[in-house]
Amino acid sequence: MARKTHVQTQINGDSVEFLCEARQSLLEVLRDELQLTGAKEGCNNGNCGACSVILDGRLVNSCLVLGVETGGKVVETVEGLAAPDRLHPIQDAFLENAALQCGICTPGFLMSAKALLDNNPNPTEPEVRYWLAGNLCRCTGYDKIVRAVLDAAAAM
Amino acid sequence: MPEKKEYKVIGTRPIRHDGVDKVTGRALYGADFHTAGLLHGRVLRSPHAHARILSIDTSRAEAYPGVKAIVTAKDLPDAADKVADLGEGAVHLKYLCDNILASDKALYKGHAIAAVAATNAHIAEEACALIDVAYEVLPPVLEVRQAMEPAAPLLHETLKTGSLGETAEEPSNVASHLQHKKGDIEAGFAEADVIIEREFVTGTVHQGYIEPHNATALYNPDGQLTVWCSTQGAFTVREQLTEILQYPISKIKVVPMEIGGGFGGKINVYVEPVAALLAKKTGKPVKVLMNRADVFEGTGPTPASFIRVKMGATKDGKLTAAQTHLAFEAGAYPGSPVGAGAMCIFAPYDIANVLIDGYDVVVNKPKSAPYRAPGATNAAFGSETVIDELAKELNIDALEFRIMNGAKEGVKRADGPVFPRIGFIESVEAAKQHPHYTSPNGKKHHGRGVASGFWFNIGLASSVSISVNPDGTINLVEGSTDIGGTRASIAMQAAEVLGIPAESVNPSVVDTNSVGYTAVTGGSRTTFATGYAAYEAAQDVKRQLIARAAKLWEVDEEDVQFADGEFSCINGKEAQLSFHDLSARLGETGGPVVGSAAVNPPGAGGAFATHIVDLEVDEDTGKVQILRYTATQDAGKAIHPSYVEGQIQGGVVQGIGWALNEEYIYNAEGTMTNASFLDYRIPTCLDLPMIDTVIVEVPNPGHPYGVRGVGEVPIVPPPAAIANAIYDAIGIRMTELPMSPDRMLKAMGKI
Repeated sequence: MARKTHVQTQINGDSVEFLCEARQSLLEVLRDELQLTGAKEGCNNGNCGACSVILDGRLVNSCLVLGVETGGKVVETVEGLAAPDRLHPIQDAFLENAALQCGICTPGFLMSAKALLDNNPNPTEPEVRYWLAGNLCRCTGYDKIVRAVLDAAAAM
Repeated sequence: MPEKKEYKVIGTRPIRHDGVDKVTGRALYGADFHTAGLLHGRVLRSPHAHARILSIDTSRAEAYPGVKAIVTAKDLPDAADKVADLGEGAVHLKYLCDNILASDKALYKGHAIAAVAATNAHIAEEACALIDVAYEVLPPVLEVRQAMEPAAPLLHETLKTGSLGETAEEPSNVASHLQHKKGDIEAGFAEADVIIEREFVTGTVHQGYIEPHNATALYNPDGQLTVWCSTQGAFTVREQLTEILQYPISKIKVVPMEIGGGFGGKINVYVEPVAALLAKKTGKPVKVLMNRADVFEGTGPTPASFIRVKMGATKDGKLTAAQTHLAFEAGAYPGSPVGAGAMCIFAPYDIANVLIDGYDVVVNKPKSAPYRAPGATNAAFGSETVIDELAKELNIDALEFRIMNGAKEGVKRADGPVFPRIGFIESVEAAKQHPHYTSPNGKKHHGRGVASGFWFNIGLASSVSISVNPDGTINLVEGSTDIGGTRASIAMQAAEVLGIPAESVNPSVVDTNSVGYTAVTGGSRTTFATGYAAYEAAQDVKRQLIARAAKLWEVDEEDVQFADGEFSCINGKEAQLSFHDLSARLGETGGPVVGSAAVNPPGAGGAFATHIVDLEVDEDTGKVQILRYTATQDAGKAIHPSYVEGQIQGGVVQGIGWALNEEYIYNAEGTMTNASFLDYRIPTCLDLPMIDTVIVEVPNPGHPYGVRGVGEVPIVPPPAAIANAIYDAIGIRMTELPMSPDRMLKAMGKI
């Protein structure tokens, strides 16, 4: 049994401590150790974006980050997106635009869209498409997702 | 006939009921399930495409610290010569079981051989590497025409071709041959002034859902087996488990978790029985997850095919004859979608003389599974390309040619059924009048193409129960797993009946112990059939509430009328109660009101689509860029138009992926060399324009609101529409899918 490392990090505004094996990805830590199952595993090799989270302000595939790398860093996941009494405008826009079908890719798209709008509050459609190209959706054909992100930008 | 009035809820666009859970990360999918004492399973898979399994030695793996149990095919009941009844036709139990864990032969790279349960997934994976399997490697058969050759290596020594009621003497890879005949094919071609005959090849493609297969199982000491999984149908998982495990159906409870896409691929079980075997051996809950390579290599893609199409028309544009030879790869065990392809291929057209031959052929690839209008896309790539070529040859507009020959109510399909009221012509007219079709198109290397498609849709059994809450809302319990917004589309039909807002319905998808039998979310049936059940259950509630109002008012039930959410007395007595107010008075009128319905509606009503695509061919790289896309489709009646549009857009984009770059690329040993999302590249949003949709509504006479299934048919036209547009752009007919840059460059003579 591999030895575990103690890691202290900040997740969605809370200070969090966990133990993890060196080989465990941030995605595994979030899902298996911390029960934050909003980030999804679609491929476990950075191809699909379903596990997207924001690490120190930067969009990452959490399956490609090791849990031990997150010590002292700030992690934002889909669970931290909404305020206690209201959804984030990106979440509202996804619902109003019917921008999800099965919903498995949605947490990743939401975090990816948040990272985009944090850095570029008024993206063009090509900019949205370019930015979201790392997130795969098999249900929607992306039309309504792109519209939702543009709507969210307009609303924010 | 469908009701023709104005609707209050149907046709509106409420926020879906499960929406907040799904945008906050709270919705629990199969892999998110957790319970105390959970063990993790991992499946060992065959490295060979075709091999005899000589021995399996698990002793080293069993000794590995953290390993709790190992299972192989020996842990499955003896399946030889038994027939499994899954409600939709009998299948050989041995085939079913062998696809879960191979007993005597590995028939594809990725075929499950053994499985390990351990304290964590990493240990389970490491232990798999310690299982020693001795194989006798056999030559693989990787292509349908090769597999049909008499000298081809055999996958199953006992498989003999079933052909039109007869069984052949000698074993073969051809599992079956089917035929549909209408009119006199020779006479039909004799009448024709123009005959086009072409051959087409399509690649193996995967449904590509983002969520890998998963299952968690638990055996209690009392024999109760519970399985939590992501599936298109909890009841079909229960049926398969009872057959594969030879275990009583009443002892199995399947809990459908949220499902991350299926498209037909999450009907067959894979890891569910494996998790159950491991759970039984360990006495602990065991979760088995696939990774992405497992999904590509170990679950059912939709098959490659070889298709020959011959069609003839008179010089004034009347189709006189159509003939096809459809050879579909079934994968390792019989059961390709060739039958559905044969039903769909010429269905949009009224043709007097038709001959369709279909062949189901086993090859050393994963057992094929349904994929969105299974078989119809392969078939339409052939027929819709030939239709385009005929129209060009006859100098008739391609859409006009379809209208001239389009099937209408009363036309008999070659496979037998006679069409009720359908909306094919209307879908083509909508495309013809669309600003996209009438806009100019003439730039160099730009092309425009059109194609149509048909999918028959299915009905099957659905059950719904509704209980009335004292605040004027209802709880709706259903057995259809919600892959794309069907909680909303089902709830809206109940709301319409009861005159309440969609938001006043709380829909729940429940386990197999908690609702009546409900068939899979598939066949574009859910909004149609489970919606029909919701309609009937709501009618039941309405009847009971009328009785309650009559009791309160001391009048006969016939004297109570219900309209627009209000109960009123019509015998002269002044009395009125809203649904809301009456629901608060159930206690004093006899207690709770629960309505229920179990249906099996026959009139699914076929769906037709017509698509227009503009594209550009890059002469230097061979890359095809989609510039504009418009899809028209008869939805019968769109319950929630946003999710109908979403089904159309999603289907179109899967069709674009199939057309332009998706395929399993095999090496000579039968190993898929692109088993990742990076290399098996599904479309990203950067590859696409917006997908415009036009919903045509020709009500289906088989549903109270006129609903037709909408989910599947939009994948059917894209490959042919794109091939036709490529011809328009560069004057070359593409006959192989995908039309990837390398095939384009070859076709253009550049490599």
